[in-house]
Amino acid sequence: MAPPAEVLAVRGLSKTFPGVRALDDVDLTLHPGEVHALIGENGAGKSTLIKLLTGVYRPDAGDITFQGRKVSFATPLEAQKAGISTIYQEVNLIPLLSVARNLFLGREPRNRFGMLDVTRMNREAEEVLGTYGVRVDVRQPLRTLGVGAQQMVALARAVATDARIVVMDEPTSSLEPREVETLFSVIRRLRDAGIAVVYVSHRLDELYAMCSTVTVLRDGRRVHHGPLADLDRLALVSTMLGRDLGDVREEGATKFSGDHQAADTRPVLQAEGLTVPHKLHDVSLSIRPGEVVGLGGLLGSGRTETAKAVSGALARSSGRITVAGVPLRGGSTPAAIRAGISLLPEDRKSEGIVPGLSVRENIALAALPRLSRFGLVSEARVDSIVDTFVERLRIKASSPHQKVGELSGGNQQKVLLARWLAMNPKVLLLDEPTRGIDVGAKAEVQKLVDELAADGLGVLLISSDLEELIEGSDRVVVLKDGAVVGELTGDDVTEDKLMRTIAGGGDPAHDAAKEAATDG
Amino acid sequence: MAEATLRTPPLDRARVLQWLQTYGVYAGVALLLVVNIVITPHFMSAENFRTQAVQVAPVIIVALGMALVIGTEGVDLSVGAVMALAASVTALYLGYGLLPALLVVALFAAGVGLANGALVAFIGVQPIVATLALMVGGRGLALVLLPQLEDLRNPALASLGSGGVAGIPYLILIAAALALLVAFVVRRTTFGRQLLAIGDSRPAAQLAGLPVRRVLIIVYVACALLAAVAGVLATARLQASDPTSLGNLMELSAITAVVVGGTPLTGGRVNIAGTVAGAVLIQLLTATLIKHDLPPSWTQIAQAIVIVCAVYAARGRGKR
Repeated sequence: MAPPAEVLAVRGLSKTFPGVRALDDVDLTLHPGEVHALIGENGAGKSTLIKLLTGVYRPDAGDITFQGRKVSFATPLEAQKAGISTIYQEVNLIPLLSVARNLFLGREPRNRFGMLDVTRMNREAEEVLGTYGVRVDVRQPLRTLGVGAQQMVALARAVATDARIVVMDEPTSSLEPREVETLFSVIRRLRDAGIAVVYVSHRLDELYAMCSTVTVLRDGRRVHHGPLADLDRLALVSTMLGRDLGDVREEGATKFSGDHQAADTRPVLQAEGLTVPHKLHDVSLSIRPGEVVGLGGLLGSGRTETAKAVSGALARSSGRITVAGVPLRGGSTPAAIRAGISLLPEDRKSEGIVPGLSVRENIALAALPRLSRFGLVSEARVDSIVDTFVERLRIKASSPHQKVGELSGGNQQKVLLARWLAMNPKVLLLDEPTRGIDVGAKAEVQKLVDELAADGLGVLLISSDLEELIEGSDRVVVLKDGAVVGELTGDDVTEDKLMRTIAGGGDPAHDAAKEAATDG
Repeated sequence: MAEATLRTPPLDRARVLQWLQTYGVYAGVALLLVVNIVITPHFMSAENFRTQAVQVAPVIIVALGMALVIGTEGVDLSVGAVMALAASVTALYLGYGLLPALLVVALFAAGVGLANGALVAFIGVQPIVATLALMVGGRGLALVLLPQLEDLRNPALASLGSGGVAGIPYLILIAAALALLVAFVVRRTTFGRQLLAIGDSRPAAQLAGLPVRRVLIIVYVACALLAAVAGVLATARLQASDPTSLGNLMELSAITAVVVGGTPLTGGRVNIAGTVAGAVLIQLLTATLIKHDLPPSWTQIAQAIVIVCAVYAARGRGKR
């Protein structure tokens, strides 16, 4: 069979933003039925390339040939109508409209009087979503669905609009494993229907499972392209990072050094019987100085809620928290912060950074009262803190006055870490510290967590990346439905044991651990 | 070649919008000055400048508070009512002397500000709704306290309204001092930075341990106090307390000054110099049209055009 004609050909695409060459002379070719991996570190130009393809930005140079014709989309809508659909990391649908309305938005079925045919719309919506494994009442508002299900609705909508190309920007970052499977089967169906898929992800497993070809971007240039099978994982990672194969192999998959010296001292954080109505039930855990305690469990098991309850961001109905032997009075965030508890929230963009303020202001934000006298900010003290952390955490910004919203995800995360380290915390609660950040920054953050623990901080690590959780933690407390169901220590800290504990079946050790956890 | 024409316009437009957003209001003021110098007789007299400045001073003072509130992603519709309330209370308590009267005014204003702030910060009412309640209630209270216009004969109040230092009226000096003070607070104090962070991202500010409620309450109290100052000064200039009409539509003039001055309604940024210039721009525009005998409706249309331009320039900013 002769290879089908290319559906998309991009030649010499370039885009410059003030001070940054975001994309430099990049080519990309897509054939029908191709699942194409687009990878690179944050800031490599992936997002820029996608936004140029979908009409969000206009290229400075180069051209895009779509289905044999040169195109220049002025808006994302134009691109979508032409047949290039995009599914973004964050779901962009209308939360208050019904599921069916969202699915058919802009192309609602009409009856012969030109009125909205609600019955038909709901019936068809149910049928369509059923093929995506989403079985819900389509008349309910979209926001009542879980994030994963919403993502599926977005996907169904994107595909249903007669797409020739579907661009997926980290589609699995908020999905549970079962939903990822559904997504994969949808992608296979798209592939078989001759639709080209551009798949952006940081998860190597997924890339190798789904993609046939790959384009690697680095610093705005294309550094590799071709069949994915020609590159093994290490070669892929080293191409992406621009580093030697030897280095990567030596350092292993994550940057964690393994066990920490958890001196047998009094716990720096002790939480007992935390209860938040409908969310947490009698959760207890303790962290010793220098220890990294992992919090395992599925989405919705109460990991984020535990971190938030400890940090005072979520009001608890009962439970006691002690920091370094001192009971924490009051349930507010400022009280917890004063006591030395710092939370790196899961949702970096909306709960972490203050996007319109500069790197400098963001780093100094929590520590402002300490950097001021009589309410006046001491610019010199702010500068010295900011300089220290920009250097120590290797934060890459054009200047300390650059807006944080303009930085890459990894650098935003480092800014947040700097904000908390400036407070000299005793306990760091890290909720998905490496989600959605590139491989290089991920390794740096992991290494930093290690260093901080070595300095005597108590760290609570939440991660959906099992490898990260297992390699990073000395101990793992496992949650299920808002309660502690087990604890893994020592040699039991393995992916296998963790999954068994989450599944909650057949492991006698798990029951013993459960006893121990609830007693302690 | 086709490429070149394709890719230059968006870049240039973005740059023009950026420039307009930052300097447009100053350019507008400069343009109006030049136009007036050319076409308006007697424009370059000290007397004229003094009149314009005295007229715009209360608007500037109210707009300063409004800029702080808008910086927290809020809005305060009750400022006009607070001016009226200040006028009533001044009339009622002037018998005890100017200073005691001013203290009582401050108490009333702080009360309104506290109510606004508490509704927004603790109960979570949207600012536009919370302050709308106080806008209606505040003017109602002012009219209950003093049902109709009352002439005030108090030498201290009269000198506050029409006196000055070295030919510069107190009104202008007070407005200038307050503008400098507010600009300093925004730029240099912990409070100012916390205010901006809260306006830009409330959840992030909360999780960073900022005293969100305290800052919001202080902002609304400050806004009400500034409005009260404007109310007292306007009353002093009139030499009469007029709770029926004093401060009518002042909330809209203040919001206009803030927006035209380049402070986005979405919060997280406060431009004090721009706010002052915005108030001056509207004042000059109005004065120009009136001096050339155009009906007031033309003034409103001209204002509308300026606002639309300001909003258009602001939109260009948020995009990239």
